[in-house]
Amino acid sequence: MFVLEVGSVLTIGLILAVVIVVAAMLIWVERRLLSFWQERLGPNRVGWFGLLQVVADMIKIFTKEDWIPPFADRFSFVIAPAIIMSVVLLSFAVIPFAPNIGVVDSNVGVLFILAMASLGAYSVMLGGLSSDNKYALLGSLRAAAQMVSYEVFMGISLLGVVALSGSFNLRVIVEAQADGWYVIPQFAGFVIFLIAGIAESHRLPFDIPEAEQEICSGYHTEYSGMKFGMFFVAEYIGLVLVSSLITVLFFGGWLGPSFLPPIIWFAIKSSMFIAFFILLRAAIPRPRYDQLMNYGWLFLLPVSLLNLLVTGAIILSTQ
Amino acid sequence: MYTLIKDTLLSQVRTLWMVFLKIFTKADTVEYPDVQPYMFPRWRGRIILSRDPDGEERCVACNLCAVACPVDCIALQKAETEDGRWYPEFFRINFSRCIMCGFCEEACPTNAIQLTPDFEMAEYARQDMVWEKEDLLIDGTGKYHDYNYYRVAGKQIAGKDKGEALNEAPPVDVRSLLP
Repeated sequence: MFVLEVGSVLTIGLILAVVIVVAAMLIWVERRLLSFWQERLGPNRVGWFGLLQVVADMIKIFTKEDWIPPFADRFSFVIAPAIIMSVVLLSFAVIPFAPNIGVVDSNVGVLFILAMASLGAYSVMLGGLSSDNKYALLGSLRAAAQMVSYEVFMGISLLGVVALSGSFNLRVIVEAQADGWYVIPQFAGFVIFLIAGIAESHRLPFDIPEAEQEICSGYHTEYSGMKFGMFFVAEYIGLVLVSSLITVLFFGGWLGPSFLPPIIWFAIKSSMFIAFFILLRAAIPRPRYDQLMNYGWLFLLPVSLLNLLVTGAIILSTQ
Repeated sequence: MYTLIKDTLLSQVRTLWMVFLKIFTKADTVEYPDVQPYMFPRWRGRIILSRDPDGEERCVACNLCAVACPVDCIALQKAETEDGRWYPEFFRINFSRCIMCGFCEEACPTNAIQLTPDFEMAEYARQDMVWEKEDLLIDGTGKYHDYNYYRVAGKQIAGKDKGEALNEAPPVDVRSLLP
């Protein structure tokens, strides 16, 4: 029960703790990296290099008044942040971190992740609707529009990988990449999934539902205290999730030269993508949401369909 | 198709690369409490009252600064010594109102009130922002080292009669100009 293997209590507890701590530390990592890219220093006062900034932020957010507006719909207002938090954490159940680390060895891993991503949209829409606030409503409206446009090609872009490995099981997908990462035969799929992943985790440049400069942080405008904190941390957990998914699906997961343990290879690859997402935030401006929908439906969807078609044709002709 | 690739792909990738290279440039930040910035002598900061080279108060309580002040943060009351010098009985500046415009310094006929480069004036209690004459008065001459109002002005005080000031001609007895 307390050994390091897939599904043991120890592993599950470790994964839960590490994921949440990493997501909290990302607040500091992101602020530091962003400021380096903007020729600033960032938070460097609290603790060593500002490492305790996270602790200070957490103390602050826990001591804030947890206020529910009188005009809000109480039930859905309270349940919305819980939905996104649990949905994002549940997605980690099928991620294979290393040969012996993981929560469950599921045969429908890819489908499970896609389903959880769709459920996460409920949280955003419930949060915006129940707030009874114009900005929040605009935010959830945009979230719905964005979800409709990216989820289609997100699923289709993964089908190339599924077709190559012949399985929905993420562990089988990783093991199938032993003789070559899927980023090479599936480069188009990788780029499309990257774009969809940014949109799914509501990160800049696709943070259209919470665009702070336009609709003052969108669907969580009315949230305060730890409920806001849950939205906030869930966004960072989503960032970790998308990075680990890209690592697993296209960059060979834990596979790497044997002088480092598999989990370290997984961590290195994932943190590269986390850093890349932060770089995207530092560099790329935000499109309008009709531009994102145009781009998604008229460009990325045909390209991902074409990618699937070509992949299928090549698989059939080489069999 | 070519413009699409050029505009949406290459330009974005180029942006990413150029922003990434910024990680090697030095930060512009001045870490203020550790690194003090150079303050120029004419910076308009904390207000002081200066003394003339003899060590007497320069302020003659003319009230011009209080009149010039756009936010009415200066309050003072005139008094007079036995030898005929005017001085402020109290001189009060409410720094929670002061906007550091420097109009008082421009209005002052005796160079008494001056602004200094000090700007670190934060307080926890609002009443601590109200400075009295004892807090404002410094021992030195401030920015103008040689100016002494009573030595150049025609005002009569004990020990200096009319016509004895610097560059001042003796007073003319108009009744002696009879033809």
